[in-house]
Amino acid sequence: MFSRDRWQEIFDTIRKNKLRTFLSGFTVALGIFIFIILFGFGNGLKNQFQEFFLDDATNTITLFAGKTSMPYQGFKSNRRIEFDNSDLADIKENFPFFLEYITPRISRSASVKYKNEFDNYSTRGVGPAHQFAEKTIMMKGRYINEKDIENKTKYAVIGRLVAQDLFNQGDALGQFIEIGNSVFKVIGIFQDDGGDREERYIYIPYTTRQLLEKSNDKVDQIVLAFKPQLGHSGSLVFERKLREFLKKKKSIAPKDPNGIFFRNRADILKQNQQFANVLQLIVTFVGLGTLIAGIIGISNIMVFVVKERTKELGIRKALGATPKSVIQMILQESVFITTISGYVGLFIGIFVLKSIGVSLQDYFIKDPYIDTTTALFATIILILFGGIAGYIPAKRAARIKPIVALRDE
Amino acid sequence: MIQIKNLHKSYKMGNSSLHVLKGIDFEVQQGELVAIMGSSGSGKSTLLNILGMLDVLDEGSYTLDDVLIKDLDETKAAKYRNKFLGFVFQSFNLINYKTAIENVSLPLYYQGIARKERQEEALKYLTMVGLAEWATHLPSELSGGQKQRVAIARAMASKPKVLLADEPTGALDTTTSYEVMDLIQKINEEGNTILVVTHEEDIAKMCKRIVKLKDGVIVEDKKVKQVIAANYV
Repeated sequence: MFSRDRWQEIFDTIRKNKLRTFLSGFTVALGIFIFIILFGFGNGLKNQFQEFFLDDATNTITLFAGKTSMPYQGFKSNRRIEFDNSDLADIKENFPFFLEYITPRISRSASVKYKNEFDNYSTRGVGPAHQFAEKTIMMKGRYINEKDIENKTKYAVIGRLVAQDLFNQGDALGQFIEIGNSVFKVIGIFQDDGGDREERYIYIPYTTRQLLEKSNDKVDQIVLAFKPQLGHSGSLVFERKLREFLKKKKSIAPKDPNGIFFRNRADILKQNQQFANVLQLIVTFVGLGTLIAGIIGISNIMVFVVKERTKELGIRKALGATPKSVIQMILQESVFITTISGYVGLFIGIFVLKSIGVSLQDYFIKDPYIDTTTALFATIILILFGGIAGYIPAKRAARIKPIVALRDE
Repeated sequence: MIQIKNLHKSYKMGNSSLHVLKGIDFEVQQGELVAIMGSSGSGKSTLLNILGMLDVLDEGSYTLDDVLIKDLDETKAAKYRNKFLGFVFQSFNLINYKTAIENVSLPLYYQGIARKERQEEALKYLTMVGLAEWATHLPSELSGGQKQRVAIARAMASKPKVLLADEPTGALDTTTSYEVMDLIQKINEEGNTILVVTHEEDIAKMCKRIVKLKDGVIVEDKKVKQVIAANYV
């Protein structure tokens, strides 16, 4: 395999048969190139999908309170249920096994003003854990912390677009804004992958919100996260136990479908993952198809190349080439060409993917990429099949009697 | 050098079989220059192919340089061909993308000789056929006679026991034919054994012995007074 003489012979052949070399090399390079581009686009589509649907943490359950629809324990039906701070503490205390974190959410719309700029925004009174539930990304400053909750500070964390609207180009951090009729200090600016709407929120400590509303302890929604290792089925158990616990505490009929509502993101997650799996399947299918087309292409070329060389191989055999040396020569040559051009196609493909990647975001393709393992695997598969495709006709050619090969003149 | 006894060969053509060689007994000594003649279909090319191990015999025996040639698989045949035989074809059969010197050194490559030595050897044989200055030319840049001389140099480069020439002048005009025959005679004078298949009387007369084939049997085998080709060039 590594005899210098044989390589020299092969390089000679390659150098003197440029068209043939180019054709087979081009087929392989093109096959790999198209594979990488399509596979990369598929991955981009998947990325975009994930960004659309999988923005928030996926192990969260949101609890809403509503009206009951059954009388129970002396209470009439149609009673309004409300959460309060004690519910947070009780859940924390009773479900340590399931619970990862918990935070209330009190949503209020408010007019917000800074100097002459003002507009209406949604404010959310939350706890520190809310940052994880929404996957809020801090750009500047910090998020609300436990101390803020304790001290009921008038601190606000504002969305990127709020800062843009109110402060234009100026620095919002440390400035004071009016929310409703109270003055809040901006302690942080965030961004969120969930889109524009999510970046127009203002977060404040929920205790501060309660203080402003006559110092009550009411909470509209409770957002909690189960430990991810519980999985979807574990989350359903958690949900069932939590429902029983809260119904008992709030004196709601066990069979009442209303009163408390749950939104388990794990359900949505499951659906989305199924959809993502279908996308993955499509991507794999497209990749496989391209690869097969590439294999067929290289096989055709190899058959053609060997056919074209039949006479030459006959001459070589008459001069003393053994069948083994004929096969070896053809294989070594084809594997050499496919390897070189395979990697050329690989690098061009990756390069093109990288350079046009950004401009495709409008077409629902985000960050198209191909992982190195897949790309290398595909290249090696093509080289392998190039070899096999060369081997079969080479073997036949090596078996042809020289007299047959030399006859047609 | 060559002993052939009771050689039979037939080809299957669908259901019927064509009996081409019907019992040939034939011997060639070291240093002979033999012309094998016959009209087309007489079996002369088949005989040459069997002698050249390009084809296998059905019946009889073939001994070359005291080696009984039988049960040849492709690998063995290739080795014997490389060691014992040099071929010259009517259509030259040079590899068209290799230069003259590369063509000549090809059998040496298959003998496993180092590149440098190969080059020197090949140049030596090109010089012998008078084409040293054409060494780096491609076959397409050579005339028919030159091509055949390159082919002869290639056949001789592996120092074969026997040189087999199948209609070596078939594709050449008369003058060039005589030039090629002159070369063959000179190689023969150095003690090489040569068999020439031809259907041309004048070419045959330039050999030392003429064997005539008809319908698969030898009908005539006689020594002749050799016509010296150099006189006609």
